[in-house]
Amino acid sequence: MLFATELVGASAYDSQAHFVGRVREFFVEPAEQPNRISHFLISRGRFQPLVARYNQVTKVAPGRIDLNVSERALDAYKPNEAWLAVQKDLLDQQIIDTEGRKVVRVNDVDLTEIRTNEHVELRIAQVDVGLPGAMRRLLQGIAPSSMVRKLQKKLPQRSIRWEFVNLIEPDPLRRVKLRITHEKLEDLHPADLAEMMEELSAAERQGIIASLDEETAAKVLAELDERLTTQIVEKLDPEKAADILEEMAPDAAADLLADLPKETSEELLEEMPNLEAEEVRELLSYDSSTAGGMMNTEFAYVSEASAREEVLGWLRKQDFNLEQLDTIVLVDAHAQFSGTVPMARMLLAAPEQLMKELKTEPLVSITPDASEKDVFELFDKYNLRMLTVIDEEKRPIGTVTVDDVVSRLVNA
Amino acid sequence: MNLTTINNLIDRIRGRTLTFFSAGNQWRRRIALFLAVIGPGIITSNVDNDAGGIATYTQAGSAYGYTLLWSLVPMTIALYVTMEMCARMGVITGKGLSDLIREEFGFRSTFFVMITGFLVDLGNVVAEFAGVAAAAQIFGVSKYIAVPMAALVVWVLVLKGTYRQVEVVFLIACIFYLSYLFSALLSHPDWLLAGRMLLIPPISSFHIDSGYLITLTALVGTTIAPWQFFYLQAGFVEKKVGPRQYPQARMDVLLGSISCMVIVFFIIICTAATLHATGLTNITDAGEAAKSLIPLAGQWAAFTFAFGLLNASMFAATILPLSTAHVICEGMGFEAGIDHKFREAPAFYWLYTILIVVGAGIVMIPNVPLWKIFIFSQVGNGVWLPIVVIFILLLVNRKDLMGEHTNTVTFNIVAWITAVAMIVLTFVLVGQGIYQWVRGTSG
Repeated sequence: MLFATELVGASAYDSQAHFVGRVREFFVEPAEQPNRISHFLISRGRFQPLVARYNQVTKVAPGRIDLNVSERALDAYKPNEAWLAVQKDLLDQQIIDTEGRKVVRVNDVDLTEIRTNEHVELRIAQVDVGLPGAMRRLLQGIAPSSMVRKLQKKLPQRSIRWEFVNLIEPDPLRRVKLRITHEKLEDLHPADLAEMMEELSAAERQGIIASLDEETAAKVLAELDERLTTQIVEKLDPEKAADILEEMAPDAAADLLADLPKETSEELLEEMPNLEAEEVRELLSYDSSTAGGMMNTEFAYVSEASAREEVLGWLRKQDFNLEQLDTIVLVDAHAQFSGTVPMARMLLAAPEQLMKELKTEPLVSITPDASEKDVFELFDKYNLRMLTVIDEEKRPIGTVTVDDVVSRLVNA
Repeated sequence: MNLTTINNLIDRIRGRTLTFFSAGNQWRRRIALFLAVIGPGIITSNVDNDAGGIATYTQAGSAYGYTLLWSLVPMTIALYVTMEMCARMGVITGKGLSDLIREEFGFRSTFFVMITGFLVDLGNVVAEFAGVAAAAQIFGVSKYIAVPMAALVVWVLVLKGTYRQVEVVFLIACIFYLSYLFSALLSHPDWLLAGRMLLIPPISSFHIDSGYLITLTALVGTTIAPWQFFYLQAGFVEKKVGPRQYPQARMDVLLGSISCMVIVFFIIICTAATLHATGLTNITDAGEAAKSLIPLAGQWAAFTFAFGLLNASMFAATILPLSTAHVICEGMGFEAGIDHKFREAPAFYWLYTILIVVGAGIVMIPNVPLWKIFIFSQVGNGVWLPIVVIFILLLVNRKDLMGEHTNTVTFNIVAWITAVAMIVLTFVLVGQGIYQWVRGTSG
């Protein structure tokens, strides 16, 4: 095992054992091989810096590398955007540990050697985020390597295997060149990802949201601190922002748009499909601290005269979010609100049982202009999981769910 | 009344104020926008008037009367210019200052900044608790009771509160600084003369002696301290203030710089009108000053003065350890911030605890030579400040970090002049401190 810090400033010798220069940087070329050190930058003071390829290296030890070619066979160094610079892009930077679901700072990079007959390859095995790496960084070049190695054995290890490292690169072009994808991030829970994003810089957050698929991006935005959400959405390309908003529940989308300047939110609403935009517009017309401002207009309602089996068959064909099926809203022959049925009760009922026989008592509902405090009190009093919002003609227009209430209470 | 009730109360007051302002006309709404951002700037600049600061202002007022007042205007500008850069960096990049130093200047620079910062701030924390002890003495409370109690209050506040609650407490503490306004009013100063001295340096009656210069240097040294840049930037980052709210953030910094200097103005004229006017020109600490105020301006002047000192010391005793813990954790990559629980950010809370316990502990040792610790932290400050200010100037001018928000040419000229002036002045202070140390006396 070798460490990146031990190789910084290492003397490079060519095949005739002539001193060439000092190693100042090493690169990975992710397009070729995801973790192989592909190039070594060798600086020679006032002369032009050279670059050694991985197959030109025969021996690597702390503070020294040997090449199998003469100095003249080395290429001149030209900066390349598609190369990942270990020191500049990795050391001291923040990365996402997708296994530990955390944002961490890289102290050092651990390299393994793979020997073939003619050359030695270095591969990045893991990044060090603990005390040993910190100590090496501090003492490198001041204390002898052997002493540093002895000292570090006494310290607790903390490192992350390379396959769990997710680099953060705000520049989209560079991200493509370096083959950085955020697929692994899409597998994380949106709430975890949102929490990690709060620790990153504005540009980095922007980069991550822009590269996630719309569905994940919508979920993450719904979990993020609202002050950050508005900053992100404002800076997104309007088309992309509208696509993300479309994926969000209408009430979440309305909350987000309410915090944006008027022109921006209008522009985004224009970009959205008419039906969704209409729903969001309607929600926006309510004050955010009222039942209308809390409700979600996407909910399942069925006729109270239908049978349980019939309703289930219909629900299967619809594209509802599972959270919205916790409770089913019933309407009577005049399309007026007539009760609610919890999903658990439907589950236990016989197939032919009518929905109105499964209703919970008493009949609770609220008007959209009621204050959020009234909503909280109803939830508390009747131990509700969902509350139906009705208009003047007693038609159900939306529902407030218990998670809306909880997040309001936490942020109050 | 337990802590949860207090916390809820604070939350409710905050909520009410915000709703009141956001419901009204355009002006009220504008104030609401500002209230959402206000905090880091005002808090940080007011903490500058900590125990050490108040001692220096007292000294300046008693020894030189109104003649040092002119320096407050350039100091306000310097304070604003340096703090505005950090506010801008925090708002634009969304990262703390030590995060940026680590990413751009590497591990060793960061480590050096952290270690110096820790030692310097430890010295400062000792000074704050010494301030608590001095104020308690005026009220007739033993320091062996007052200091541990103050340490406990400060510790619990941060450990149990969330960022928003702590901030409200801090903002209230800022209002308590107004007690110096009353001290000043009660001591009947010559307002006209004070006003003239503030705007025009007294060149005609200028007698430059080394004491005058040293006091001037000390004024600058106590007002602009490196830790405040870290705290300010972290404050805006933790509040999640974004580029759109930058005008409000800048206003916060501007108000902070001015209010800080207004308080300094009151302290100096209070002591000038009483101590200096009656020939008491050799006052070196704030407790002594408050005591001398009793026969000169009455008990109430002394009490408001001592209350101001107590408030300032406690306030700074919270923020200094907090800022230090932030710097170290950010740089090392540990979890940091008041919004985390103890379990989630152990390093952060341990550092905070150690600074308070050790800081308060040193003050409790009988006959400890405190002035040696103060000189030590002053020297440390002098080493630390130039490095931090230069880092700030380099970072704020980086296009890749700041985009279009780098310094303008004019701003850069003002900023570099300020930086160089500050560095020269602190070096003078360091030299003077070492001289005192070698001579082995505190005066």
